[in-house]
Amino acid sequence: MTTIKTSPTTTDLLPEALRNDFPILNGDLHPGQSLAFLDNAASTQRPVQVIDAISTVYQRDYANVHRGIHTLSERSTELYEQAREKVRALIGAEHAREIIFTQGTTASINLVARSWGDENLRPGDEVLTTVMEHHSNLVPWQQAVGRSGAVLRHVPLTDDGRLNMEAFDRLLSERTKLVAVASVSNTLGTINPIEQIVARAHAAGAVVLVDAAQSVPHQPTDVRAWDADFVAFSGHKMLGPSGVGVLYGKEGLLDAMPPFFGGGSMISEVQFDRFTPAELPAKFEAGTPPIVPVIAMSAAIEYLNRVGLDAIHRHEQTLTRRAYDALAGVEGLRILGPAPEHRSGLVSFVFERIHAHEFAQVLNDRFGIAVRAGHHCTQPLHALLGITASTRASFYLYNRPEEVDRLLEGVVAVQELFAPRGRRRRRKPDE
Amino acid sequence: MSTEEEVYQEHILDHYEDPFHRGTLSGATHAHEGKNPLCGDVVRIELILDQSDDEGGKVVDLYFTGEGCVISQASASMLLEAVYGKTVDDLKQFSAEQMLELYGPRLTPNRQQCCLLSWKVLQSAVHAPIEDAG
Repeated sequence: MTTIKTSPTTTDLLPEALRNDFPILNGDLHPGQSLAFLDNAASTQRPVQVIDAISTVYQRDYANVHRGIHTLSERSTELYEQAREKVRALIGAEHAREIIFTQGTTASINLVARSWGDENLRPGDEVLTTVMEHHSNLVPWQQAVGRSGAVLRHVPLTDDGRLNMEAFDRLLSERTKLVAVASVSNTLGTINPIEQIVARAHAAGAVVLVDAAQSVPHQPTDVRAWDADFVAFSGHKMLGPSGVGVLYGKEGLLDAMPPFFGGGSMISEVQFDRFTPAELPAKFEAGTPPIVPVIAMSAAIEYLNRVGLDAIHRHEQTLTRRAYDALAGVEGLRILGPAPEHRSGLVSFVFERIHAHEFAQVLNDRFGIAVRAGHHCTQPLHALLGITASTRASFYLYNRPEEVDRLLEGVVAVQELFAPRGRRRRRKPDE
Repeated sequence: MSTEEEVYQEHILDHYEDPFHRGTLSGATHAHEGKNPLCGDVVRIELILDQSDDEGGKVVDLYFTGEGCVISQASASMLLEAVYGKTVDDLKQFSAEQMLELYGPRLTPNRQQCCLLSWKVLQSAVHAPIEDAG
């Protein structure tokens, strides 16, 4: 039985009282069993401030945006555009018009792959991605090179699960037109050196898209310090609603790109046989946008700003180190990805013989712990690591050291439950 | 009462650790392999069917191989044990509902897929003669 001797570094932990803001965390999952929600890399929970924001808009302010002369449309439009400004400030963009609201990270990346990709990729060009990308930053590029005749290449890993930067340098060439990379791996937890990657890519003449879905919610972001050309992330991974995300793009690039979706809002003028696109950001926001999710995401950003993204990062680092150290002591358990100092707030692991789904099932049923089990939308990475599935615990601002300890207790219990013990199936009389 | 004790009942773990007819079958006449993409479970079933009479045939023998979660592997063992010695018609009429009943504990829809993998493979296998068998 593995036990933890160290006590949490309380100075780096956020106050436990903020859990009171999250109604879903405060009921029992099963009778007598509280919930430990450790599936935050998939989606997070919402504080009452976000839930109330949704309710308030619908009760007081809701109408379509950018259309009406009437009071409610003006109010909704103002809230919607305030949200854009809030996102701009969150990620340190220069202009609010560089913030495009989308349906999520996947939609943001597909927008770039379709609009920028189809305009700029030619046969013989190369798109450079990495072996640790989520399917959402892989499949759109497979499709884009399929349409254009360009070639897709993948930066490999070091032995400890970080990007192999020497291989990156070798793969980068004048043929490379775009580098698509995650700021944080959703499976390994690896924090990638985005500034370094962007600098080298720019020196080779390539633009860079950063899938920041796993980093924007968990640490301060400065897209100008990164010098990234495109940055994509989602609302639902940062206490906001699902169905809304962001594409940041440098103004010059977005201006030069053709619109992706055509329809209302994205035009300045339409005749029967042609249209003139609108200016940024409307050019990329065809149709009625996710109005209330955008406004609610803005409330989520306010919440995160009040707690402080630096403080959230330190809190998660404390929990991650505790989980890493505890799980590393479990015999037969293999942690995927690098040491705690190179990782964000998640730990994925595999156990010899025992399938990840058994962990998820027993942790849920007996310990009230929600974890992810499967390939986490990184099937090629799992294949590369020689596994089909892993179990992932991912943390956020409301998680506590006691939940990490409960996770370890659960993991040990799973190990014991499925340990071979010479069981015999009941034989039929004629067998 | 948590549901976990139900999902992993003792007789299921017995089947997992001490499976019925796990292995390959020499002289197999029919075989099929299937995957559950959600878990990466794999099950292959090999059969010897005797179709010399007019009654639709009989399952002479059957074996499974595979890897994956406890539910996928234990359910394969339970299924093979249940249909061993039955007629091909019995086997074809064995429904998905019966398979879930045979397993016992109530499963969520995702994990029903684990339980039904071997059942799907078996249903396909009876229609998948091995070309050079015989």
